Amino acid sequence: MASVHHFDHNHILSLQDLSREDIHLILQSAESFKEISSRSIKKVPTLRGKTVINLFFEPSTRTRLSFEIAAKRMSADTFNFSASTSSAVKGESLVDTARNLMAMHPDVIVIRHAHSGTPYLLTKHIKASVINAGDGTHEHPSQGLLDLMTVKQRKGRIEGLKVAIVGDIAHSRVAHSNIVGFSKMGANVLVGGPATLIPSGIEKLGAKVGKTIDATIVDADVVMVLRIQKERQRDPLIPSFREYANQFGINKKVLTAAKPDVLVMHPGPINRGVELDPDVADSPRSAILDQVSNGVAVRMALLYLIMGGD
Amino acid sequence: MAARSELLLKNGRIIDPVNGIDEQGHLLLAKGKIAGLFLKGKKAPPPSQNRREIELAGKWIFPGFIDMHVHLREPGEEYKETIDSGTKAAAAGGFTAVACMPNTEPVNDSETVTSYILEKAREAKARVYPVGSISKGSHGEKLADYGEMKKAGVVGLSDDGRPVTNSQLMRRALEYSSNFELLIISHSEEISLSQNGVMNEGYVSTKLGLRGIPKAAEEIMIYRDLSLAEYTGNPIHIAHISTKESVSLIRRAKERGCLVTAETAPHYFTLTEEAIDQYNTLAKMNPPLRTEDDVAAIQQGLKDGTIDVIATDHAPHSVLEKEQEFDIAANGIIGLETAVPLTLSLVRGNIISAQRMAGLLSSNPARILGVQGGSLQIGRVADVTVVDPEREFVFSADEVVSKSKNSPFLGRKLLGKAVLTVLEGKITFKDL
Repeated sequence: MASVHHFDHNHILSLQDLSREDIHLILQSAESFKEISSRSIKKVPTLRGKTVINLFFEPSTRTRLSFEIAAKRMSADTFNFSASTSSAVKGESLVDTARNLMAMHPDVIVIRHAHSGTPYLLTKHIKASVINAGDGTHEHPSQGLLDLMTVKQRKGRIEGLKVAIVGDIAHSRVAHSNIVGFSKMGANVLVGGPATLIPSGIEKLGAKVGKTIDATIVDADVVMVLRIQKERQRDPLIPSFREYANQFGINKKVLTAAKPDVLVMHPGPINRGVELDPDVADSPRSAILDQVSNGVAVRMALLYLIMGGD
Repeated sequence: MAARSELLLKNGRIIDPVNGIDEQGHLLLAKGKIAGLFLKGKKAPPPSQNRREIELAGKWIFPGFIDMHVHLREPGEEYKETIDSGTKAAAAGGFTAVACMPNTEPVNDSETVTSYILEKAREAKARVYPVGSISKGSHGEKLADYGEMKKAGVVGLSDDGRPVTNSQLMRRALEYSSNFELLIISHSEEISLSQNGVMNEGYVSTKLGLRGIPKAAEEIMIYRDLSLAEYTGNPIHIAHISTKESVSLIRRAKERGCLVTAETAPHYFTLTEEAIDQYNTLAKMNPPLRTEDDVAAIQQGLKDGTIDVIATDHAPHSVLEKEQEFDIAANGIIGLETAVPLTLSLVRGNIISAQRMAGLLSSNPARILGVQGGSLQIGRVADVTVVDPEREFVFSADEVVSKSKNSPFLGRKLLGKAVLTVLEGKITFKDL
């Protein structure tokens, strides 16, 4: 290769912090790590002797398991620490937790937390690398990266694609990472859904706003469907699931507006029959299971790159 | 040796907006009063045994600054600030008087709490004016006992920090307070709109994934308060305004003859929401920092007289409340020790004159609260603030006088500083 891009990040906190070149390098590395998962002995010694702590303040099955598998396939030692977010209010503060963890000398802390920005707070108090595995309604960078990888595999490119993201944009950290990531890599990103769920200033983050679902997904190469929650706190966001399914749900009929070879994605878990019709979720157009297997490869790449490999 | 009882401040730039004075001269303080003004080249009185002289060439002499919006945290949260530490911070920042908000523990809704505060403030480095609560316990349900509190010494009424959501209660408060000539100070916020927002709503809140507070939450409530003040014919003071439309609402109300006065805080004319970048909880307050447009409009409001007062909303919090997830970190910043340089930057930027600065920090709050000071006229109380506009300093946590260090200006190099603070003729702070 003509030039080698050097990966210069101690932490992976958001896709806003990563350059196009960084993202290229991560996706490239993930492609090469993908092969390891198809071997009969799915383990390389790359990160032997390194310690990864999964610090999860919110329940998660897929993401935590995916990080754990990724670390183990690289021969790192992994430990899981789960705590309910409410204990942060009553008991030990996050800063104290961080200091305690540091006394155990981890190399990487993978954190998920219900409050946006918590990974940043962690970096101010510890020396280990921090990977954000989802913070509040801010970002979920590894999910954004695995979505980029999935689309690149299925479509052969990112640049110039039309990517529609539909649903609860306001409260979705996945949507935020994807808007930033896909627009950074040259895709045209449109968001759509009930206006109550489109946050102000989203255009500046890199997405155009579609007035209707049809206008959002017309000619789309990729349709990303987000999980819908009926209410958050006391905020009336949508009248009912039924109304949502009828007006904003993605089904075969709605998808006729998109390109014939449209790829349908969902970060899971799916409310079948609400935001996504089962017919679509299980069709060949769906990339949902590719997303899961690419997740392991992307996380292997992230662990490798922040621990100094490049 | 007995302390010399008179103080002669020599060769300073004397600024008194009440009498339209802005010129070089000397100021004599005696027996706790302004005793002599020597302007237009008039010679200072000769040296005398019982008179201390201080040379102030290049310094600006103002009537003592009055911060009409602070939180002293006593009683109840003395680990954040006390009346003693807060008034020391006030003196160090150039303030001779402060009005303290009632959201203590317990809330100041009674003669007992008011008297407790005033008793603690007897030997303090700044005059303390307690503000009583609008509603009992600031619960927003029943009127507090205004007559009892007035007798004990409150100068105004506010449920600051907990907006009065019930419009009927606000109406009755405006009416009933008029019997005692107590000013209602409104923290105007429509909480069904601000909900549990933690910063201004817009691009930055979306980018950071933080819940936003729309500007309309402030503006709607200001409109309600103006409407009730006009309808009942009573004065109202709007606290800490932060948006462009708030300035415009108040400007129009004043044009109609509404008896409204308004204040803003230095952070609203200095910082934008961008200061929150990387989840800096030291830039978290309520109302939240807004956008460049709003900052420009606040500056314009200070310039054209729409905004009457600069008050700091000094809100001390310990690291316990601030070193947390942004969502749960406490609102508020300390402000007493940074108000002077931040306001001076408006003077340097030709947005306001030195006289207007004196109005915003001294004569207007004195007039609005109906308290002494606010002018250097002979016979007035000898409360004086001397500022060195050229003194540069780095605002560092080690040098903060307040018990709490929660300021977004920490580490900043600031230009201009209070160098001498005089309360009733006695020096409370000196850094000459």
